[in-house]
Amino acid sequence: MPAIHSPLPGTFYRSASPDKPPYKTDGDTVAVGDVIGLIEVMKSFHEVKSEVAGTGLKFVTDNEEPVMAGAILAELS
Amino acid sequence: MLNKLLVANRGEIAVRIIRAARDLGIATVAVYSDADATALHVQLADEAVNIGPPAAKKSYLNIPAILKAAADTGCDSIHPGYGFLAENAGFSDAVTAAGLIFVGPSGDAIRLMGDKVAARSAAHAAGVPIVPGSLGRVDGIDAARHILIDTGFPVMIKAAAGGGGRGIRIANSLPEFEQAFPQAEAEALAAFGDGGLYMEKVITKARHIEVQILADGADAIHCFERECSLQRRRQKVWEEAPSRALTPRLRDELCSSAVRLARAVNYSGAGTVEYLYDEDADRFYFIEMNTRIQVEHPVTEMITGIDLVAEMLCIAGGEPLRIRQSDVTVKGHAIEVRLNAEDPARDFAPFPGTVDSLRIPGGPGVRFDSMLYPGYTVPPFYDSLLAKLIVHAETREAAITRMARALSELQIDGLKTTKPLFQALAADATVQAGDFHTRWLEGWLETHASRLTPSLEP
Repeated sequence: MPAIHSPLPGTFYRSASPDKPPYKTDGDTVAVGDVIGLIEVMKSFHEVKSEVAGTGLKFVTDNEEPVMAGAILAELS
Repeated sequence: MLNKLLVANRGEIAVRIIRAARDLGIATVAVYSDADATALHVQLADEAVNIGPPAAKKSYLNIPAILKAAADTGCDSIHPGYGFLAENAGFSDAVTAAGLIFVGPSGDAIRLMGDKVAARSAAHAAGVPIVPGSLGRVDGIDAARHILIDTGFPVMIKAAAGGGGRGIRIANSLPEFEQAFPQAEAEALAAFGDGGLYMEKVITKARHIEVQILADGADAIHCFERECSLQRRRQKVWEEAPSRALTPRLRDELCSSAVRLARAVNYSGAGTVEYLYDEDADRFYFIEMNTRIQVEHPVTEMITGIDLVAEMLCIAGGEPLRIRQSDVTVKGHAIEVRLNAEDPARDFAPFPGTVDSLRIPGGPGVRFDSMLYPGYTVPPFYDSLLAKLIVHAETREAAITRMARALSELQIDGLKTTKPLFQALAADATVQAGDFHTRWLEGWLETHASRLTPSLEP
């Protein structure tokens, strides 16, 4: 099953700011290069871009959850 | 005297506060998040309490969890450090309301100095020079034209309801101003529902100079100035004391003005009054007062021999100031650099990771304030400060030479740090001449950043 991994350790956010809608929601189709969330590392924010394409997106990491580098953020069917 | 102190912080400042408390025979309680269970401050404190998950707002910013930890361990006092809750007036109030001592000023003093307009008015009332401009809202364009006599050009027009850089316009001439003012008024009304405007002189080239204050609520003294003009994105990276830009007369005026402000607001604890110094015009202006211990406090400690954190603890314990103004003297020159977990060759990208091996500089005039140890993993959830390297020598020139020597001894394997930046700065002719202002470093980085790779270790 293809998966989207966190490139960095830090805190995962699913939207650009608390008052913005999430970049992607479960069930979405994802293209290579699509932004699916942000990782906050030491107070700086980095976009997480998908390196795989697919359908049936399913997030396995919650918003504001701490992650290690390489952790699976979401899976595609 | 305090009996048992909870340190509501992490990293190097938590370690620094625990050390000062232990030197005074005060028992210490560390608090930590799930990400900091192995942190040095947890190891060094007498006791440690887990206060929640890694995210700061669920742990180090969680006031109920911190107050509960203090109650459960029988603490009589809380030191907030810097950052996190240090300048949160509600936290100071909550600590006091819980029957504990807050090591810092009252909530009211924090609130006053945290409100930019109120702080500016308080400074003005205490006879502290402020950046020329309106004292409050500008009452129409006629009043605005009158204020131009004081500010000159360029002048900043700022929406009273704006913030974070929004609603700001700069006018470089009278025609520009005549056009910009009504536009700014209409924009502010549309964007914020409030057409109120402030005006302030734009100081394009200035040094950042700040005065260290100690006060006990009745009396206040200064511990001279620090210069922090080397900044990147408004973050100080290299701080020193004394400032080479000040004449004895100006130093006296600057430091006296800071004492006047601290007295005027019945300040208690350690604080810093920050100024811009316009060297060409030979004038200084109040910017703000920070109501906490600052990151760069060690440079003041090195030139005066005063332990500022210990003095904070004594003042909080109810003692009057132990030091008289006439006892505070300056000896030599001190410089501090901030070693951050960032890669200066890659636009200072954050670089959390594990410290493989560590060689800490030492010898005469060298101090290393840090939470690092071999095998420590720097978590990605907090700011990137790893260590402060502070040197002291008889002269500024000798201090820079000593800084270069200490940096060459320092070895942090496993992480990228800002050490190459400071090696390059210590070798730079402009830095050696002390001929810089707050915008200098960013310009220098544009041409030098790509070359900031680690040099070979001796």
